[in-house]
Amino acid sequence: MAVTKTYEEINEKIRRGEAVVVTAEEIIDIVQEEGVAMATKKVDVITTGTFGPMCSSGAFLNFGHSEPPIRMAKIWLNDVPAYGGLAAVDTYIGATEPSETVGMAYGGAHVIEDLISGKTIKLEAESYGTDCYPRKELLTYINKDTINEAYLFNPRNAYQNYAVAVNSSARILYTYMGTLLPRLGNATYSTSSQLSPLINDPYYRTIGIGTRVFIGGAPGYVAWNGTQFNSNQVRGDNGVPLSSAGTLALIGNLKEMSPDFIRAATFHNYGTTMFVGVGVPIPVLDEDILQKAAISDKDIYTSIYDYSIPSRSRPVLGRVSYAELRSGKIEINGKTVRTAPVASYSKARKIAETLKGWIQQGDFYLQQPIEGFSTEQSVKPLEIVAEGEI
Amino acid sequence: MAKKKIVLHYPEERVESPTTYHLVKDFDLVPIILRAQIDENEGTLVVDLEGSPEQIAKGIEYLREQNIRVQEAIKDIVVDTERCVSCGSCTGVCRAGALTIGAQSDWNLVFDQEKCVFCELCINTCPIRAIKVQF
Ligand code: SF4
Ligand code: SF4
Repeated sequence: MAVTKTYEEINEKIRRGEAVVVTAEEIIDIVQEEGVAMATKKVDVITTGTFGPMCSSGAFLNFGHSEPPIRMAKIWLNDVPAYGGLAAVDTYIGATEPSETVGMAYGGAHVIEDLISGKTIKLEAESYGTDCYPRKELLTYINKDTINEAYLFNPRNAYQNYAVAVNSSARILYTYMGTLLPRLGNATYSTSSQLSPLINDPYYRTIGIGTRVFIGGAPGYVAWNGTQFNSNQVRGDNGVPLSSAGTLALIGNLKEMSPDFIRAATFHNYGTTMFVGVGVPIPVLDEDILQKAAISDKDIYTSIYDYSIPSRSRPVLGRVSYAELRSGKIEINGKTVRTAPVASYSKARKIAETLKGWIQQGDFYLQQPIEGFSTEQSVKPLEIVAEGEI
Repeated sequence: MAKKKIVLHYPEERVESPTTYHLVKDFDLVPIILRAQIDENEGTLVVDLEGSPEQIAKGIEYLREQNIRVQEAIKDIVVDTERCVSCGSCTGVCRAGALTIGAQSDWNLVFDQEKCVFCELCINTCPIRAIKVQF
């Protein structure tokens, strides 16, 4: 009889301190040595991790009311504009918003990292003044302890897979995939592959709305599917998409996060973004789930795109496995090209290990998704049309 | 034989002087030019000087007498290991192989200063701004 387990059974084991938790790297060897059936019986949870630049990140903040109060219409945090279109003293600060004084050297992501680190942030606001909120200007200083809510809400994180970027042109390119040297001088890639959350659960059997996750060093939740959710992407025989596919919208308490797992970044000539650490536990409910989570780099493929073509449909120059990418060089059109990651594999490992520790110590329980994701959703392009043409 | 990496900063009046010729002829040194940036206003040269330690010292003394600023450059590029997240982005532009990742199984960034040719490409490439030039 094939083994099956429920969330309740696994959580009960966690409560008793008996759950067997391994990382998505460790499960590879276990399955090789003991086979899928034995491993399914033995292992209860597999932890994953990823730490890469995720532009679609930001934080909701509530500042509390000043005396006299203000309905903040324009808001700046350390000279970085934050959104003023929410209620009186709420805002959303986006990771990619640049500072009005120093440009892309400091952006929303840096504000968020500084907040997490406990640093003081300058808050400026303007308003037109209302009967109930008469104040028109405000300049003060805050930190994460002086304000009310502060939570990260990232609409698109933890891409299931991602493209490899190269540059066939004659000039150097500065992109969100890093610096691309001319004439296929290098190739960059950006997932933690065999450790990556959605690669280990390719059909979203355990990752859906409500799944409890690790985000930025704190517990958080999957709030929704991420934007540009493209689960209908072409998949390999093992179910893993061959390029960017599923994404997650994530939420977590910024006040509990750590700069070890959230790091502001600036991509030269591109802009600011944020490295976000995400880890998702995968409960071993049956053999299929375990088998898919035991995937290794040699069986995960992605597509190479030429970023020198300024079009949304860039030509695919080939397919490579993460084992090849992580070996340091790949071959493209007969040419040997050096590879470099953009996301940190050592941090991804630390995240999977940290999450494993939390579960082993009974500090983190698994949450069954309230609703699953579609495997048939695709991404629409934006067509430029005249009003009558739509 | 010894080898020493130095950076030479040429002021305007020295840009056209045949200094490397003198290093070879008068001091019996082998200057290996790793990087050169020279125009009519000023120049910067990164060289590996090969020769006996005494001759290298004399060669450097000669350069200084010529009013060329000599930077004994071994510590020029520094990686702030506290800030660095070992993403590996910088390794993609380091053709010299001074910055590498993944050769060790821990996937932490490794910096081998000896191999650096001071192209400075890594500085802007590091998204965390963990790489700096130390003067
Ligand atoms: S300056 Fe150039 S050679 Fe030196 S470490 Fe940076 S990229 Fe490598
Ligand atoms: S790019 Fe910066 S953060 Fe990334 S490995 Fe290099 S030095 Fe470290």
